[in-house]
Amino acid sequence: MKTILNGTQLAITIDRLCHQLIENHLNFEDAVLIGLQPRGIYLSDRIYRTLQKLLPGTPISYGKLDITFYRDDFNKGHALHVPNETDINFSIENKRVVLIDDVLYTGRTTRSALDAMLDFGRPASVELLVLIDRRFTRQLPIQADYTGRTIDAIISEKVRVLWNERDGKDEVIILE
Amino acid sequence: MSLSVKHLLGIRDLERQDIELVFQTADQFKEVLQRPIKKVPTLRDTTIVNLFFENSTRTRISFELAEKRLSADVVNFSASGSSVSKGETLIDTVNNILSMKVDMVVMRHSASGAPHFLSQHINVPIVNAGDGINEHPTQALLDAFSIREKLGSVEGKKVAICGDIMHSRVALSNIYCLKKLGAEVTVVGPPTLIPKHMESALGVNVTYNIREALAWCDVANVLRIQLERQNTPLFSSLREYSLAYGVNRRLLDSLQKDIVIMHPGPINRGVELSSDVADSRQSIILNQVENGVAVRMAVLYLLAGKN
Repeated sequence: MKTILNGTQLAITIDRLCHQLIENHLNFEDAVLIGLQPRGIYLSDRIYRTLQKLLPGTPISYGKLDITFYRDDFNKGHALHVPNETDINFSIENKRVVLIDDVLYTGRTTRSALDAMLDFGRPASVELLVLIDRRFTRQLPIQADYTGRTIDAIISEKVRVLWNERDGKDEVIILE
Repeated sequence: MSLSVKHLLGIRDLERQDIELVFQTADQFKEVLQRPIKKVPTLRDTTIVNLFFENSTRTRISFELAEKRLSADVVNFSASGSSVSKGETLIDTVNNILSMKVDMVVMRHSASGAPHFLSQHINVPIVNAGDGINEHPTQALLDAFSIREKLGSVEGKKVAICGDIMHSRVALSNIYCLKKLGAEVTVVGPPTLIPKHMESALGVNVTYNIREALAWCDVANVLRIQLERQNTPLFSSLREYSLAYGVNRRLLDSLQKDIVIMHPGPINRGVELSSDVADSRQSIILNQVENGVAVRMAVLYLLAGKN
């Protein structure tokens, strides 16, 4: 087991990602944040809360998207996924969407998320924000616009993002 | 997580976890049905045949919508106008359809046990959409789902199932489902329409007094009199049945509490349920129909994903 980010580093990284978002979207008039279920929402919750602190009084649209029904591995011998809640109570038509997930690995989740998102309207643009970008593991031509940390990990290694709300501490680790 | 069964033949075969998994999945499909695009691509490589050997409006449309919302290809079959009238057997009919590469069967049949029989001879998942007087599992699931939605949970709730218990597959599936979820169940109706030994066999209370049952319950699920399944008359007239067992406004007002009114449809207005009750604020009959699509999507999704 190897620690990639400890609690303090994780907080700094999230702060930096928020400042980058503000740099590009200023007061979030046209931008919306969408966290991907199930694991991306811990990150998107943090980002949303941090942005609210950095931009007090600014309304920011924030939703959660579940991609279970859009997966490309349904009925392909994998275990069945139980769906999570989708909660997008605003229109994404002509908005600049920021998709948020914890780890970018094969790119297949992001592909499913793009499909799922289009069922809610046609956004003006879509960006991807991830906490951890695993290089050299992509199976689809997808890359992130905002990255917390880029890492090289071999296929047999697992990247785990731990959150205080769920796991009792904030940390990003690699399991062999 | 997945279902413990390969087919949905009846609630009797399900575990409580199965029912809860269906509900958890149906919650999310319910959200899908509120979207501008009410459709997901999940079953786009699945072909489903709806075999209806018996008449149906709600169930057939509900299944067909559920299948289409999941992007499945749908083939509809009804016995009238088919080769069944030329003497083809059930297995032959189904095997002929399956040889055209169909992945799932939804079946309604007037013979109790028809889908169970079929499940021993074919390899694809079967969903029972009602078999004779035996079970109607998706109806029970959507009924319990609707109770859970209205009252927060099913556990500990008191449910009265009223009317023609003898001929009702909805009653039997509801009893299994509600008991597995921890509800208390009372069946009420004329003695001739309630089978013997219900208490010991199924763990339900039996009463022949509708007012007593309604005063006891949180939810009343009122059933239709199934005249088409009665060979000999079991009560003297519909008018007399309605006077003794019909649920009407006067009866509900005398209870001094608001109970939830359900009905699986089709309603015989003025017989088991008066119009002012069926269309009242207490009635969740149309919510049941709405929930039916989401619950059936969940069942099809969970069974299709087991291959």
